[in-house]
Amino acid sequence: MNSEKSPEFCCPVPIDGYDRIMMAHGGGGRLMHRLIEGLFLPLFNSPYLSARHDGAILEFGARKLAFTTDSYVVHPLFFPGGDIGTLAVNGTINDLAMCGARPLYLSAGFILEEGFPIETLRTVVESMSRTARENEVQLVTGDTKVVDRGKGDGIYVNTAGIGIVEANRPVSPAGVRPSDVVLLSGDIGRHGMAIISVREGLAFENPIESDCAAVASLVLSLIQAGIEIHCLRDLTRGGLASALVEIAEATQVEVAIQETAIPVCNNVRGACEILGFDPIYVANEGRFIAFVPPRDAERALSLMRSHPLGAGAVEIGAVNKGTAGIVTMKSSIGASRIVDMLSGEQLPRIC
Amino acid sequence: MCLAVPGKILSVEGDDPLLRCGRVDFNGAVKQVNLAYVPEAKVGDYVLVHVGFAINTIDEEEANKVFQYLREMGDLAELEDGEGE
Amino acid sequence: MKFIDEYRGRKAAERFARAIRKITTRPWTIMEICGGQTHAIVRFGVDTMLPPEITLVHGPGCPVCVTPVELIEKALEIASTPGVVFCSFGDMLRVPGLSRDLLSVKARGGDVRIVYSPLDALRIARENPERLVVFFAVGFETTAPANAMAVFQACQQGLSNFSMLVSHVLVPPAMEAILSSSDNLVRGFLAAGHVCAVMGYTEYEPIARKYGVPIVVTGFEPLDIFQGIYMTIRQLEEGRAEVENQYTRAVGRDGNRSAQRLIREVFEVVPRKWRGVGEIPASGLGLKTKYSAFDAETRFGVADRVVEEPSVCISGSVLRGIKKPHDCPAFGAACTPEHPLGATMVSSEGACAAYYRYRKFRTQESSTIPSGV
Repeated sequence: MNSEKSPEFCCPVPIDGYDRIMMAHGGGGRLMHRLIEGLFLPLFNSPYLSARHDGAILEFGARKLAFTTDSYVVHPLFFPGGDIGTLAVNGTINDLAMCGARPLYLSAGFILEEGFPIETLRTVVESMSRTARENEVQLVTGDTKVVDRGKGDGIYVNTAGIGIVEANRPVSPAGVRPSDVVLLSGDIGRHGMAIISVREGLAFENPIESDCAAVASLVLSLIQAGIEIHCLRDLTRGGLASALVEIAEATQVEVAIQETAIPVCNNVRGACEILGFDPIYVANEGRFIAFVPPRDAERALSLMRSHPLGAGAVEIGAVNKGTAGIVTMKSSIGASRIVDMLSGEQLPRIC
Repeated sequence: MCLAVPGKILSVEGDDPLLRCGRVDFNGAVKQVNLAYVPEAKVGDYVLVHVGFAINTIDEEEANKVFQYLREMGDLAELEDGEGE
Repeated sequence: MKFIDEYRGRKAAERFARAIRKITTRPWTIMEICGGQTHAIVRFGVDTMLPPEITLVHGPGCPVCVTPVELIEKALEIASTPGVVFCSFGDMLRVPGLSRDLLSVKARGGDVRIVYSPLDALRIARENPERLVVFFAVGFETTAPANAMAVFQACQQGLSNFSMLVSHVLVPPAMEAILSSSDNLVRGFLAAGHVCAVMGYTEYEPIARKYGVPIVVTGFEPLDIFQGIYMTIRQLEEGRAEVENQYTRAVGRDGNRSAQRLIREVFEVVPRKWRGVGEIPASGLGLKTKYSAFDAETRFGVADRVVEEPSVCISGSVLRGIKKPHDCPAFGAACTPEHPLGATMVSSEGACAAYYRYRKFRTQESSTIPSGV
């Protein structure tokens, strides 16, 4: 039989923090946040970074500009509903929109691996050009570098964006107030499941399409209608959960949401069940959450629903005066649990 | 060890019993599933799928029994409450 | 989704919770042996709705958690071999061996791939005849039919570049190990529904009799778990110790015959080490000699590797239900999902990870019902 060891509180040789970057560091979860908080923020030491928002708001006299950057390393390069090009342009547009800004100009930097097909590059750039045109932003400056074969994954894209702030009050985590209503612009989980389903062995017959889209015009319509927007956050890697937790932690409020209010479309739901994924942690690329005061909630929802990208907008919860810095979720059976970020990427499970 | 999800069989193919597989629908996400272990399952049946294999069919009649049980428990509870007064 | 959503309803859950409260007259400790059930309990908050007299403990029901360090080290060695394509279920990638995990092998350039099914690994072997493809066959009895089929088909198709690193474990011996231990607190079991869908539940009948514990075959949705708990408590209160089946929509007493046939064809019962618990005789499955050509341990010459299990973190006690995650001084401090010290924190089904993710702080609601937490 098994030996009777009295429990000793010394632990096996641990993996004592990673000395190298792991994939999980890019996953949008705890590890990535620790890297940012522990390495980047202290070294860069900037008040703009401390705001922990999607972009920096820079003041030039009476005007405010929003400035943001993002890099795109997604594989596969092409997926149902988009490619690395559309992702890059939409992603940066969205980050600017989350600052309450009208996106105006983008830069694009390319790191290309020796041997990467030029036709593929052309397709990516055509996507970027088209997406920029459709969203009335201009690509005004760029850069290209080539690395040795084997030293890059085909293509990496970095974009930076500038927009002009149109919201008449700051839109940032600092603006969140107790009793604010949390609105979600549409169903979740499409992008992450679209990506994972074209990877080996995890494919479905009818591909799930990414929700990759630019939400700027939707956000601007809310601003123009005079909705008092306290905070916006687009959902990317790490999903709805990470976005909520980031805001709760940045503002030290409690955010309480209802699981039954969160929309997930059928085939995304099915795919999540099979792989053992919780939709709230799955990546999105065309969805955002908005924190608005209760008196503006109904009007905001109705405006969102009248826009093609906000047709599925719903209210998912509210900000409470409870325990600071946490997100709680009421499950479908009525019991509450804490929602935390995942430590890394969600992995398909068998258990 | 037990992530197995119910899905509906849309079609079946393969003559070799061990290679018999089917398209199974999980709420709109359709995947190829090996049906070797559910030889009696047919189109329209629901099967429990674990790592790409159907490990059993789901009995719809039995499935409802959880709710029957609940109803009976409820009736019993009311009866006992009544007696307690 | 049919056969899922109906079992997640609030009203029904509350009715079950009320019914359980009504029949519970004294403290009982029940164990569920399935990572999937642990996950469901903590995710939906089932335990917060139980009366304080019921203590729910989470057993060694996560094959990821119980895979011994020795086997992880073998996996790491094989995965680091040039030319090898190492295929695994997702969760295994983060399990720490002595000092690293499969993810770090991947980071250093190893070809480590996540697959959904063992048949995907087979396909990779077929499409890459010049590479050696290894599949990490982890799991309880639920996964054995799938892994058996992979080997069987590999043999039939002559896929000589395919092999499997087998780490199968069986539930009944684990239950006996827990029940026969002198510090056992467990008085009733929720048996793993999907394991029983494959194996049936006749093996549990002698266990229930020998140790005088009720065993209820239970499903994975919240209502299944509530009903399983209700049935177990009812037996305990009535002084019965029988095997009952809650999960009748998917489980029959004899299980799945064709699956069992193929398991018997490919595998044989062997002793296995369980991480944090030690070696339990006749508690695992290994490839039969007939299929030894597909045994990765032989193929890569790692069969004789012996790795000393380091001094136990309390994963072992947690797995046996003797300690709760919060009893460990490292929980949430030195040991977190980002820096797991033991298996129960690594796997998303592990008790410690589940507790950490869902219970890190006490909410107002959950702290008023101190049961099972």
